[in-house]
Amino acid sequence: MYRIIKKLLGNSASLIGLLLLLVFILIAIIAPYIAPPLFPDPYQIPRMSWDIEPQPPGFSITDDMRFIYESLGKPVTREQAIFGTAQGGYDIFYGLIWGTRTAFRVGIITVVFSMFIGIIVGSIAAYFGGWIDEVLMRLTDIFLSIPFLVAAMVLTTILGRGLDKVIIALVAFGWMGYARVIRGSILSTKEEAYVMAAKALGVKDFRIIAFHLLPNTIFPVLVQASMNIGSMVVTAAALSFLGVGAPLGYADWGQMVSFARNWIIGAPGKAGEYWYAVFFPGIFIILFVLSWNLVGDTLRDILDPRLRGEL
Amino acid sequence: MLSYIIRRLLILPLILFGVTFLIFALFSLLSPMERLATYINNPSVLKNPQAAQRLIEKYHLDDPFPAGYIYWVQSLMRLDFGWSPTANQPVWEAIKQRFPATMELVFYSIIPVILVGIWLGVISSVHHNDLLDQTIRVTAIIGWSLPTFIFGLLVLFIFYGILGWLPPGRLSTWAQYIVYTGDSFKHYTHFITIDALLNGRLDIFWDAIKHLIGPIITLSYISWAYLLRITRSSMLDTLRKDYIRTARAKGVEEKKVIHQHAQKNALIPVVTVAGMMIIQMLGGVVITETVFTYPGLGYWAASSAQQLDYGSVIGFALLFAFMMVIGNLVVDISYALIDPRVKLE
Repeated sequence: MYRIIKKLLGNSASLIGLLLLLVFILIAIIAPYIAPPLFPDPYQIPRMSWDIEPQPPGFSITDDMRFIYESLGKPVTREQAIFGTAQGGYDIFYGLIWGTRTAFRVGIITVVFSMFIGIIVGSIAAYFGGWIDEVLMRLTDIFLSIPFLVAAMVLTTILGRGLDKVIIALVAFGWMGYARVIRGSILSTKEEAYVMAAKALGVKDFRIIAFHLLPNTIFPVLVQASMNIGSMVVTAAALSFLGVGAPLGYADWGQMVSFARNWIIGAPGKAGEYWYAVFFPGIFIILFVLSWNLVGDTLRDILDPRLRGEL
Repeated sequence: MLSYIIRRLLILPLILFGVTFLIFALFSLLSPMERLATYINNPSVLKNPQAAQRLIEKYHLDDPFPAGYIYWVQSLMRLDFGWSPTANQPVWEAIKQRFPATMELVFYSIIPVILVGIWLGVISSVHHNDLLDQTIRVTAIIGWSLPTFIFGLLVLFIFYGILGWLPPGRLSTWAQYIVYTGDSFKHYTHFITIDALLNGRLDIFWDAIKHLIGPIITLSYISWAYLLRITRSSMLDTLRKDYIRTARAKGVEEKKVIHQHAQKNALIPVVTVAGMMIIQMLGGVVITETVFTYPGLGYWAASSAQQLDYGSVIGFALLFAFMMVIGNLVVDISYALIDPRVKLE
């Protein structure tokens, strides 16, 4: 463990990744201070104007908007949209800051739950073998037969908009990889002497799986899970981009990009006029995923015993 | 070998059963009324409770799950996938009409991926850990980290918004007029690029290519990055093998060692991954086509999903699942054919 941490810190790529992650964690923690919420639900992005088209960075809240907030008894806390506003007058800066929390929430919850399901399915299949293995693995194959994004899109379309629905869809079609990995490693460890000894002593099957096998086989799955957080966040953002993810006005990076979709080309003669509408959300998403990938890539190289001592 | 292929074919119906069952389970999350809406092209019927009830019974939408499944599969066999309000035509017709556009896009995306991805991967492994390798690797990680929809918007922004080179859509208006109206333009394959050449219309061919480049790059860059990584690690693995050392010790030229001895064996796992990549590309089609408003299956599915047109979304999922099952079968069998060492469980 110490060796891994040392290597992670020693490799420039993963060091950058870790630092970026730290920045994102910081942003998520201090979100209420840098972007104080106006509504009881902090994930609701405040609107700075009624304009349909995006407004440039530094745009000040319009007077009628201020009047509405004040008459609702909510003093306006921030005068300017420093990253500009998206389609519909939504404050891009606010959406991105609170979207960081959304990203961590979606990424971590999805990965934890799908890993949990995957571990249960995979370890049962590998430990008991025979027809149980056959049935569970064919079930895994079936879930793998629909392209991930398509499956998630279908399920969110049916369940309706909402972040919880997105998470359900991502978990429902995201557990198969973990099941396969854990099955593989349990298959190769279950014949070891200590497992045999536990069996001979009459330890119950589920106890053997939980306390003897899993502690020795779970590590590759954890690595895989950490690497998947980035891609889960991207898929959730993609669903929002397609218009089936987060509800309208919810602080979510994918939605911020989808707001930019209709404005990307700009007005005739003024190409790229609305660059900020896609630039800032894009940077947030890319850096977030990049940080996970940088860490994950190094982690995999470190753990791949064939390349040990090469980095 | 033959027995493996036969066994694999025998499993096929089972997997198809499982997939349709799964999709039907998703479909059943909807109420009978919502499911009825996917079958009729006149929504006003739904306002009349008696008529709606009669139709629900007619389509067996309120039957117990297994019976409902059987009736549903029967309707699929009759190619009755319901009605698509988004396309304003039956779902099956909508699929048939959009299928060639998507296939054209996927087809042109596959070739550069395989060539470029493998080539860069081999270079990267040969120059293991020096500057070139690090550059290629970091570029691949960055490419890997760029979500498709952002990358696509970027391509659109730069090459259409600023430079005006690569317009969205499938054809320009003037070309659409020639291709879709009148009889002068014959549709042989429904691939516009090929049809244009067969019709001797180089201007339309060029127009179609211009519209295709953006979507092709967007659809395939992730696969480049991925294939590069796989080729690299597979090559690194092979270059460590004893027979490579023997070849080098014998004094075989380094170029020959790499391209003949190592590459051939290293590419075996790459073949499987390449097959899987192509299948995975099907998923990317939805986003790519949406970004470029390319009138294929993915764009249609995404607009259907936004408008809660369940019938179209389900039909789309069925089609893609089916293509993926067949694709996996082909990959597995070709893998077994290429590599005789594969121990088939």
